[in-house]
Amino acid sequence: MPKVIGAVDINIERCKGCDLCVAACPADVLLLQPKEVNDRGYHFAYTANPDKCIGCAACALVCPDACITVYRKKID
Amino acid sequence: MSYEDIKKPENIVYQRPALLNGNHMHYCPGCSHGVVHKLIAEIVEEMGLQDKTIGIAPVGCAVFAYNYVDIDWIEAAHGRAPAVATAVKRLNPDRMVFTYQGDGDLAAIGTGETIHAANRGENIAIIFINNGIYGMTGGQMSPTTLEGMKTSTSPYGRRIDLNGYPLPITNLLVGLDGTCYVTRQSVHTAAAVRKTKAAIKQAFKNAMEGRGTSVVEVVSTCNSGWKMTPVQANDWMVEHMFKKYPIGDLKNTVNPAPAAHAKGVETHPKQ
Ligand SMILES: Cc1ncc(C[n+]2csc(CCOP(=O)(O)OP(=O)(O)O)c2C)c(N)n1
Ligand code: SF4
Ligand code: SF4
Ligand code: SF4
Ligand SMILES: [Mg+2]
Repeated sequence: MPKVIGAVDINIERCKGCDLCVAACPADVLLLQPKEVNDRGYHFAYTANPDKCIGCAACALVCPDACITVYRKKID
Repeated sequence: MSYEDIKKPENIVYQRPALLNGNHMHYCPGCSHGVVHKLIAEIVEEMGLQDKTIGIAPVGCAVFAYNYVDIDWIEAAHGRAPAVATAVKRLNPDRMVFTYQGDGDLAAIGTGETIHAANRGENIAIIFINNGIYGMTGGQMSPTTLEGMKTSTSPYGRRIDLNGYPLPITNLLVGLDGTCYVTRQSVHTAAAVRKTKAAIKQAFKNAMEGRGTSVVEVVSTCNSGWKMTPVQANDWMVEHMFKKYPIGDLKNTVNPAPAAHAKGVETHPKQ
């Protein structure tokens, strides 16, 4: 059965750590860095569970700063 | 196949639109303005209107919109965007002209310009970011601030006896013969973002086709002014803002949708 797998790239320097992508992700892929910050001091988003990503782009659609690139591929 | 193997250009399903340039946006983390800027960039790109679009920016947090979306912009005096848009569109009827305005800009100081441009049926699109507050100047009460909502100028909550009722100005515009499309949307979920994109696209199309004035209200958050986290602000918006400002199409003379009721779409939100 074909399965869809996804992946995301997050532009961590654009990220403001707003948490909206984390809340929007239906697959619990994303979290904010608990300690590490970017150059502007924001706790940026990262893929805590990358293998769960289904490439739905919900995170990217709600991101106010257009930080997220989404990839999706069907595999057999 | 591993996670990293998927990250190939041919598998991209979403990326920052090219017209949203690389400048870091000054908006607070989680601000709805960013999402709507992104949609405008996507739509102008998809409609191939980059060289034909002129945005009229407001006074308010979106005053720097020209810094982010790579189209032509004019910065209007506070509330005067629909008047400026009127002139620009009449002198350049082949251009896609839209205003981008907050609730302080559109529904307070610019009420006259808004109503008269819509009543004249100017062939423009009006994008209205209703976050119920003057975000830019420090969170003062606006005409659309909800009853009981705390702002820096209503620290105990808006009082009807003192401050009047929240103004659903978009509903007033429905009654004007000059408007062809009036809708109220939001950008708090992926589904909502998609619907707002379709709405703005329709508004831009109407403006190009000379159908009259289109109004897209985006019920928005100002998490800084509301003193909440962005996620809390979205929840608060759904719970409180949507009661006074229900989501859905209010008027569409271009594409009337007779099946809307059957699908459960609110065409005439109850007030
Ligand atoms: C003529 C004039 N009066 C008042 C102001 C001060 N002022 C700047 S922005 C603003 C209101 C902004 O609120 P809104 O339009 O809701 O935009 P937001 O920042 O919430 O997006 C006001 C009153 C001004 N710049 N010019
Ligand atoms: S694409 Fe979908 S599943 Fe993947 S991280 Fe984004 S929201 Fe989560
Ligand atoms: S939505 Fe965007 S800005 Fe906000 S945390 Fe996620 S990637 Fe960062
Ligand atoms: S003050 Fe409010 S409207 Fe302005 S950028 Fe911050 S969150 Fe957005
Ligand atoms: Mg406002």
